[in-house]
Amino acid sequence: MNPGKPVEVDALFGDYPLDQAYDEMRERSGAMRSTYQTLAETLSRLPREELQRRKQSAELSFLTQGITFTVYGREEGTERIFPYDLLPRLVTAQEWSRIERGLTQRIIALNLFLRDVYSEGKILNDRVVPRELVYSCKHFRRQMRGLQVPRNVYIAVVGTDLLRVRSGEFVVLEDNLRVPSGVSYMLANRRVMKRTFPQLFQSYGVRPIEHYPQLLLSTLRSLAPEGRPEPNIVLLTPGVFNSAYYEHTYLARQMGIDLVEGRDLVTHDNIVYMRTTDGLKRVDVIYRRVDDDFSDPLIFRGDSALGCAGLFNAYRAGNVTVTNAFGTGLADDKALYAYVPRIIRYYLGEDAVLPNVETYLLTDEKERRHVLANLDKLVVKAVGESGGYGMLIGPHATIKQREEFARQIETHPRNYIAQPTLDFSRAPCLIGDRLEPRHVDLRPYILFGDKVNIVPGGLTRVALEKGSLVVNSSQGGGSKDTWVLDSR
Amino acid sequence: MLSRVADSLYWMSRYLERAENTARQLDVTMSLMLDTAGASAESRWRRLVAALGDSMGLDWNNDLDSMAHSLVFDHLNPASVTYTVNAARENARQVREEISTEQWQRLNRLYHQIHSPHSLSQSRSNMADVLTSLVDGIHLFKGVTDTTMIHGQGWHFIRLGRYLERAYATATLLEVFQPDLLQASEHDDTGYQYLEQVGLLRCCTAFEAYCQVYTADLSPDRILEFLLLNRDFPHSIRYSVEGIRQAVTAIQNTGARRPSDDLTAGIGRLHAMLDFTSIAEILAGDSARFLHAIREQCLHIHELIYSYYVHYSIQSALAI
Repeated sequence: MNPGKPVEVDALFGDYPLDQAYDEMRERSGAMRSTYQTLAETLSRLPREELQRRKQSAELSFLTQGITFTVYGREEGTERIFPYDLLPRLVTAQEWSRIERGLTQRIIALNLFLRDVYSEGKILNDRVVPRELVYSCKHFRRQMRGLQVPRNVYIAVVGTDLLRVRSGEFVVLEDNLRVPSGVSYMLANRRVMKRTFPQLFQSYGVRPIEHYPQLLLSTLRSLAPEGRPEPNIVLLTPGVFNSAYYEHTYLARQMGIDLVEGRDLVTHDNIVYMRTTDGLKRVDVIYRRVDDDFSDPLIFRGDSALGCAGLFNAYRAGNVTVTNAFGTGLADDKALYAYVPRIIRYYLGEDAVLPNVETYLLTDEKERRHVLANLDKLVVKAVGESGGYGMLIGPHATIKQREEFARQIETHPRNYIAQPTLDFSRAPCLIGDRLEPRHVDLRPYILFGDKVNIVPGGLTRVALEKGSLVVNSSQGGGSKDTWVLDSR
Repeated sequence: MLSRVADSLYWMSRYLERAENTARQLDVTMSLMLDTAGASAESRWRRLVAALGDSMGLDWNNDLDSMAHSLVFDHLNPASVTYTVNAARENARQVREEISTEQWQRLNRLYHQIHSPHSLSQSRSNMADVLTSLVDGIHLFKGVTDTTMIHGQGWHFIRLGRYLERAYATATLLEVFQPDLLQASEHDDTGYQYLEQVGLLRCCTAFEAYCQVYTADLSPDRILEFLLLNRDFPHSIRYSVEGIRQAVTAIQNTGARRPSDDLTAGIGRLHAMLDFTSIAEILAGDSARFLHAIREQCLHIHELIYSYYVHYSIQSALAI
């Protein structure tokens, strides 16, 4: 692209300091990384107004498509568009192949772990993972013991959060093995990006992700109960008030399956039916977007109206597949997370391709003392929470907050873990009409049916507030499109 | 299709039809009020409220602008256009996967339009423009519904909702208007009576169509005949009932279940009533009762549809 012509790239940057954290776009010296060269040149050649115009048209497109999420607790305007950054995040083919290998290995091992824990429990007998850690986990489901799940797949749909640390290496922050969300934003971002920067997209050679719904459908089909060659597959949603409702409708529509709520389902003789205008119709596979607790009032929380009474017994009888299986939250417990490298080694005899973040278990006397002495440098997380709730970021917290957490840790050490505060990578975002760095993570989506499938890319979440380390949408995070480049 | 989905599509459609009807009747009434000599603004307002089903919170308070404003924008009043558009969108949102993206975007735009500060400020200077653009928005939605949605059961439930709401609303309108209409004197040269009658036709977008059939020669019995019994005009009751019949037949044909005898009979009765009664017979008898009977039968059909397609018992479904 016109190498002879000098490009005013520097004029693009607003407040753009470089420090210890890895910058996705610039090297430590301030020079542009080679992959981002084309992007920077394109941007610098666009008039400011044009960039703003594209930004507005992208936002309008999100609004009219109704790609919104629900903010609780306000009467008016409870729907907001998911904040979106216009610039893509680039991942090279080489980086991606490592991520892909690492995630595949991790998912296979975690699945073997779940199967083992819910059957013989070899890993517990061999004392690789402490028994009490498993049985004290609030997502452990005794009801799953000895239950045979189709193809032995417990976790068919996974979203794993990755961070890039100082060295430029990707590490795993957490696994989401229950009902991971966000994949529709990944797909919507891509659609909008292709319209916003068509030439740029073309010149980069980006690997496609648009076939995700089709892969998801074939994954679900591969898990159908035996003897049901034309399975009736449905997506079970908590309903229109759930914050991810848009995603549920989107996926159901893209797969061409029915979107059902608990009140659409009835069970009779351990068979699940849905109420249709044509009478009752048998259901074979349920892609469940309702938490364990709310799925079946007879087995789990009795006060839940979101699930379907009798669902678990039908599942137990093998008449319906529910995926992800119940009790998978055991393996994404933040305390068990510390054991995942050991779990991988135990089942696969390999070292983890993607390292973990160093994690202190507060049930361990020595580690707890270390953590309590260094609360101002560490991040403390509640083990059973997600979405950025129940978290203390030591360096950003007040003394009072730290004291409160210290008290909690002393009383319930099993409920918390601690990790060093990570200065994970930052990517350039369009703030006003200049580029400024913001912290980003990456959540690729992994499907596991007859084999493991990962669409190249994922959701890059952005902590849009300056200096913030929290990327969750419920806490003011946004997203950007992730371009995995093909190797040409 | 899921019973809940059918239910939502049906109500989405009914609410939109209702929104359109409310917007149009308000527009016509406000324009009639410009000619103050024909009837008092208050009596016209009362008639409008009665034709919209006598909702609460719409009492005459001498301030037309504020009343019109609440009939359009008060999102807490179930009779308001905003309330019905919200309800339609909420129903659509619950079946987002069943309707096309074009439909959803259309409806979403309508929703954002009615909630925009621009509509609010424009309504103060020119309510008619706001109402026209809302009605336009609903028409566009119906257009994309017919051109982008698969014409399967869901589409038929949408049509069913539209025509049932329309038949019911038109019957209510005529019931409210018919005393005034039938009292009209044979020869009126002041022109006020003419304006009234045109207003009634306009409430059903029927003025031009009427003229094509009967010329601009307005007479009460012809107006009633046209709005009640015309076979070809989409807003007449007879046409709407034919629409209901076609939609239900199509729904029954796409399903594997045996058609419901009660439902077939219920619709057939209403259909026959309109097919085999002449306007002379209606006027010779009690026309108010005739109109009232239409409304009751519409409600009955609604209940039959519900008990057969939406709220059936599990035992009865398993028995088949």
